[in-house]
Amino acid sequence: MLAKRIVPCLDIRNGKTVKGVNFENIREVGDPVELGAWYAEQGADELVFLDITASHEERKTFPDLVNRIAKGVNIPFTVGGGISELSDADMLLNAGADKISINSSAVRNPQLVSDMAKNFGSQFVVVAIDAKLNPETGLWDVMVKGGRERTEKELFSWAKEVQERGAGEILFTSMLHDGTKAGFANKELARLSRELSIPVIASGGAGKMEHFVDVFNEGMADAALAASIFHFKEIMIPDLKNYLRQNNILVR
Amino acid sequence: MRISIIKYNAGNIRSVANALQRIGCTDVEITDDIEKLRTADKVIFPGVGEASTTMANLRATGLDKVILDLKQPVLGICLGMQLMCSHSDEGNADGLGIFPVDVKRFQLPEDNSLNYKIPQMGWNSISNLKSAIFSPEMENQYVYFVHSYYAELCEYTAAQTEHVIRYSSALARNNFYATQFHPEKSGSVGEGILRNFINL
Repeated sequence: MLAKRIVPCLDIRNGKTVKGVNFENIREVGDPVELGAWYAEQGADELVFLDITASHEERKTFPDLVNRIAKGVNIPFTVGGGISELSDADMLLNAGADKISINSSAVRNPQLVSDMAKNFGSQFVVVAIDAKLNPETGLWDVMVKGGRERTEKELFSWAKEVQERGAGEILFTSMLHDGTKAGFANKELARLSRELSIPVIASGGAGKMEHFVDVFNEGMADAALAASIFHFKEIMIPDLKNYLRQNNILVR
Repeated sequence: MRISIIKYNAGNIRSVANALQRIGCTDVEITDDIEKLRTADKVIFPGVGEASTTMANLRATGLDKVILDLKQPVLGICLGMQLMCSHSDEGNADGLGIFPVDVKRFQLPEDNSLNYKIPQMGWNSISNLKSAIFSPEMENQYVYFVHSYYAELCEYTAAQTEHVIRYSSALARNNFYATQFHPEKSGSVGEGILRNFINL
């Protein structure tokens, strides 16, 4: 049987890891390659590198970094941030990325999902969706620009549309849960998982090991992503995996 | 030890070269030069992509016959393995026929109570290992898969995995070896498999 995946997410700015505190030997360097290799050794199943560099000019060095990650890390990794054209994805593929993640650019131009799936294969295309419950309508509005801007799209119909357009995976972040450390959006995740045939990665809300049990059982997620709790060593991946095993969840 | 990785229109071939370099192989070349492929100590046939277009490309360049005639150990990976089989349902493509077995698409069961997904994407275990590319301690270890099509079980099955059904996650026959999973992305277990192949 397929194991549930634990996915640390690393934010990169100007080629360095952000939030990379609390790592002996790594702290001063902030090197994403070293940190990625360390996570792989710890038992992470996959990695996500998100380029949060502000300007287009500074982002030009990202493919070089992706190239170094591909050489140094022995597990699959996804890269995201500022990918808005086929040529961006092509450059990252050639640099050695296993998957790319697109978010705002897919909302702006849904055809981009179809074009990427056709050119590079569905397995290469992760569509990240940030969404927030709209208390007035009771619907989950898709958000862009890091969750700051509301769109006309609704979470479940948008997720189905990108699946039909050839996305290979959905990375869903609930803006209601993100940063709260109070658990994942399990109800919405379970609905996504039931309504889609492609894998769903859960993001936003991880605070305790119990939350991971819940996201796999109640949320029916295929993978769970978290950042700060791993970076600040609040939860160590080997401990988390043991805990999941004790709770009858299949992990590597 | 010279290792050739077959260059053709398939994605992410470089990651195989990266993995070989990580385990200490220094003489690794991605090439479609027929003479270099024939004389390499080991050949790797990787692949991510669609079966029928990739197979058509192999025939157009004559690489199909070159692969069939190779005498040294050859390792097919993912689509590479599927193209070494008789036939694939993906684009209704005839393969190289090294392994007399068909490649079919995963079908979700009616109720899908176990919540299977297609493609299978992630880490699954390998069992009933029967090949020199595996070590005994690899039984039931996890490796990384990304695929929607699978090879059925047959007499050349060298590893078995379960996703919807039980299928061949590795095949072996004479000098030909193949894995459905990606050893180059499968952490230390994958590196062990690549090392075993290199040491054949």
